Amino acid sequence: MNALAHRRRSGGGALLRIVLWLVVLVVIAWLATLALGRGGGDAAAILPMPTDAQAKQGEYLARLGDCAACHTAPGGKPFAGGLPIASPIGTIFSTNITPDPKTGIGNYTYGQFERAVRRGIKPSGQSMYPAMPFPSFSRVSDQDIQALYVYFMRGVAPVQQENLRNRIHWPLSMRWPLTYWRWLFAPKVEPMQVAMSQHPVLARGEYLVEGLGHCGACHTPRAFTLQERSLGNSPLFLSGGESDNWVAPSLRGEPASGLGSVSDAELVTVLKSGRSERSAIFGSMYDVVEHSTQFMSDDDLTAVATFLKSLTPSRQETPITYDQATRDALFAGKLSAPGAQLYIDNCATCHRTDGHGYGYVFPALAGNPILNSDDPRSVIRLVLHGFTMPSGRNAPSQFSMPAFRDRLTDHEVAEILTFVRSSWGNRGGAVNAELVAHMRELPPGGEPMMTGYDPRANRPAGAPAAQQ
Amino acid sequence: MTRMKPVDVVIVGFGWTGAIMAMELADAGINILALERGDYRDTSPDFAYPRSADELAYGIRGNLFQPLARETITIRHTLDETAVPYRQYGSFLFGNHVGGAGIHWNGQHYRPSPEDLEFESHITQRYGKKFMPEDMQIQDYGVSYDELEPFFDQFEYVCGTSGRAGNLNGEIKDGGNPFEGPRKREYPNPPVADNYAAKLFADAARALGHKPFPQPSSNASRPYTNSYGARLGPCNLCGYCERFGCYMYSKASPQTTILPVLMRRPNFELRTNSHVTRVNLDNTGKRATGVTYIDAKGQQVEQPADLVIVAAFQMHNVRLMLMSGIGKPYDPKTGTGVIGKNYAYQMMSTIGLFYDQDVAINPFASAGSGGNQIIDDFNSDHFDHGPYGFVGGGYILGGQTGGRPIQQLSLPPGTPAWGEKWKRAAKDSYLHTTGLQTHGSVMSYRDRYLDLDPTYKDSFGLPLLRMTFDWHDNEYKMTRFLTDRAQEIADQMKPRQSAQTVRKPGDHYDTRQYQTTHTTGGVIQGKDPNTSALNNFQQSWDVHNVFVTGASAFPQNIGYNPTGLIGGLTYRSVKAIRETYLKNPGPLVQV
Repeated sequence: MNALAHRRRSGGGALLRIVLWLVVLVVIAWLATLALGRGGGDAAAILPMPTDAQAKQGEYLARLGDCAACHTAPGGKPFAGGLPIASPIGTIFSTNITPDPKTGIGNYTYGQFERAVRRGIKPSGQSMYPAMPFPSFSRVSDQDIQALYVYFMRGVAPVQQENLRNRIHWPLSMRWPLTYWRWLFAPKVEPMQVAMSQHPVLARGEYLVEGLGHCGACHTPRAFTLQERSLGNSPLFLSGGESDNWVAPSLRGEPASGLGSVSDAELVTVLKSGRSERSAIFGSMYDVVEHSTQFMSDDDLTAVATFLKSLTPSRQETPITYDQATRDALFAGKLSAPGAQLYIDNCATCHRTDGHGYGYVFPALAGNPILNSDDPRSVIRLVLHGFTMPSGRNAPSQFSMPAFRDRLTDHEVAEILTFVRSSWGNRGGAVNAELVAHMRELPPGGEPMMTGYDPRANRPAGAPAAQQ
Repeated sequence: MTRMKPVDVVIVGFGWTGAIMAMELADAGINILALERGDYRDTSPDFAYPRSADELAYGIRGNLFQPLARETITIRHTLDETAVPYRQYGSFLFGNHVGGAGIHWNGQHYRPSPEDLEFESHITQRYGKKFMPEDMQIQDYGVSYDELEPFFDQFEYVCGTSGRAGNLNGEIKDGGNPFEGPRKREYPNPPVADNYAAKLFADAARALGHKPFPQPSSNASRPYTNSYGARLGPCNLCGYCERFGCYMYSKASPQTTILPVLMRRPNFELRTNSHVTRVNLDNTGKRATGVTYIDAKGQQVEQPADLVIVAAFQMHNVRLMLMSGIGKPYDPKTGTGVIGKNYAYQMMSTIGLFYDQDVAINPFASAGSGGNQIIDDFNSDHFDHGPYGFVGGGYILGGQTGGRPIQQLSLPPGTPAWGEKWKRAAKDSYLHTTGLQTHGSVMSYRDRYLDLDPTYKDSFGLPLLRMTFDWHDNEYKMTRFLTDRAQEIADQMKPRQSAQTVRKPGDHYDTRQYQTTHTTGGVIQGKDPNTSALNNFQQSWDVHNVFVTGASAFPQNIGYNPTGLIGGLTYRSVKAIRETYLKNPGPLVQV
């Protein structure tokens, strides 16, 4: 008893010293962010003589940057913020970026706008959470930032709507440590270097992908400290990441799990229409097509496709070759393979026994990169909770995959996906039921709806559903 | 009463014709409001597989239909009877919610024969006025096949109709319907592949000298992008078509063909749970000022509008016109008046064919319309009616539209209705049974009409519509003739056994029996304001800013399914509104 008490006392003395030292260090670190945290740019800069052409260009650029996807809440006014964004430290709410002077950014100088978008610094000097992809936007040219500023000040309707408080607990809610994050991980703002030898289409593609497009936010793997492990010029760049519990596939040239088997033309079609002869968009990419890429000019789409197709594989893979055996067996009614009967009963109607699906309606499973990646979480989620493809340019119809969570057990989902990932030449491999059980616990996306126009999609929770 | 902000156009009911009207008028840049009494509904989540393939929920309990406990119609056979309410679905089905009956139809997509549109003139000219019974009051539509052809075509290219032309610009084509009016171009999609029973039927019909062809079908035979840019999936012959929503996006409906484009138009608004009870008129009674509806909370709402399109189900159109006091109600005693006049229906017969175990027919692998074969040799006036003494006709269909266990189980005559013998018969015949159907026209008669019921009211306290209808001799003769021809084909198909269901003289109209759902008339179009409610653009003769779409405009019923004709008439009407009426509002036809 005494020994214990003694130890506690002496331990307490050492601990106190450590805590005191830590406090001193933290205070110094905090003061350092105040003294050194300016972060470049000139907050007082103003933009003389904005033009209508700039506003128009800015509108296009705002679409390229997909600002609306995060800064508009479901059913909310455009750019008025309020969308909850889940992060490992808590829920962050997007902010009002309409030109309302009280609750939006109406009072921002050009310099404050520039520092926010390219450097992640608020007018108060605080650093932003990197939910805002300012590390990517650091690549955006002065000219484009200026056009964006003009558009947001003159082309967007002001909406008076208070920002919601983020749901992050102390101490993680302290902002100043973010300044260190910014110092460590955000690149300097400087014009993108284009080598003389570089093709202009390729250069444009690189600018769009690395800059406003911020493709890496989902498609590049992130480190423990949450920064993207590459912002370009490395085989890690766009080699596959994740977002909101969706696996974002590699956009590099891997022949099986990346874009190796996808032609430039197909890539353009997918970005434009949300679907192609053999594939369809799902997950977080829904918003990207719905709000951003479908509005891109054909030239810009071609540039993006050209750049992505120039990226070398990040890992060695052999191409998928179509294997007739599955088709022949299913067609002949030979269903002894595990999962074959379940596939026929639940999937074959749309995706067909040959695994080719129907062009621009139901995506192909044979050779689909999503089914040939190591990580099956996206497809598990699609089977459990279903999904609706976005509408796109020249493609107003939205097709839904139904939710199978009430119909199939974890084991059945695993069996079907193992079958699908190993048939018609696919090499994705086995899926285990434990992972399905884990994915089942995630909040489902409700019932898949034609969210682009179904008026019920934006009804507040608890509103009456269709009378049956 | 709440008064809403005025709109340019208000559309009452948001099924096929409401959606067509809204889509085509949206391009004119005016404000369009559609009022639908039901709720929104779409392929996902409402028709998602596998829940959509639930025969008890949809086939029997009618989850897609209007609840009859809240509003129905009353029915009587003759003028001196007291009508009683239709309390259980049988003989016809009211669609409910967005899409209306365009959700639960089978996709049987026909054009009328050219003579159908000028039927009174045609029959009089060929057979003389005396050929028709005295109380038959068939009329012309006031518009010809040639005038409607571009609009039939337009609707087919919206729906992605699958079929094979039999008459391309006057040239008769092998494998199509040689009796059809000339088409300017081929169907947008090739026919759905025949089911096996349809093949047996076609072979037999050909052997007898008839001209079988694939039933024109708005079940897409392949993925198809329509003229609005909407895309349809391919029909997979699941057997859950009629009474069901389509989970494959392949049955043409407002949802699959129009709404993905229309719903995004900023000048279009849809208000659901809005039940229109009246078209309001100004104090002259010659001009509509808008409509009154009851909203989801039961409140009355006034919606002013410059133009009113009445686009609800046929019977609801008639009731709304009567409740609004537009046009003179029809009087069966004198034969004068127009609203409620010329109610008609259709008359079917069926022949069940039962084979031995060596003939394998998979009834579950069927579509609502695709994959079946038809002969049209005995429809309209495709043959000389002189020796037979009746007017009209119908097509004969071979194949089946599904193999659902409750409503589509066909058992040999003499099978008990329950018990072990029933079970054994069901098991033995399920995979070896098919059928023939005849789908016949019904003419219009002086004593067959619709008016407001003096006794029964709906849940809002408004009078129900009353139907006075029974079969006439002309139709008994028609169905006997058609069924005899069908029996000849049935015999040629060499089943072990066959069984006829045919309506004979003395059989009354029975609302419990499902045959077709195609009810027509009551707000008919024509050439003369004294004998029709609408001109040939479906514009009210009496109130020029009211148009009434749908089968209520048919002066008598045809031997075909009505949707193709309804779509064609609507597209023609909306073109006239867009190009003529909006610029210069007033009567489109002068008399």
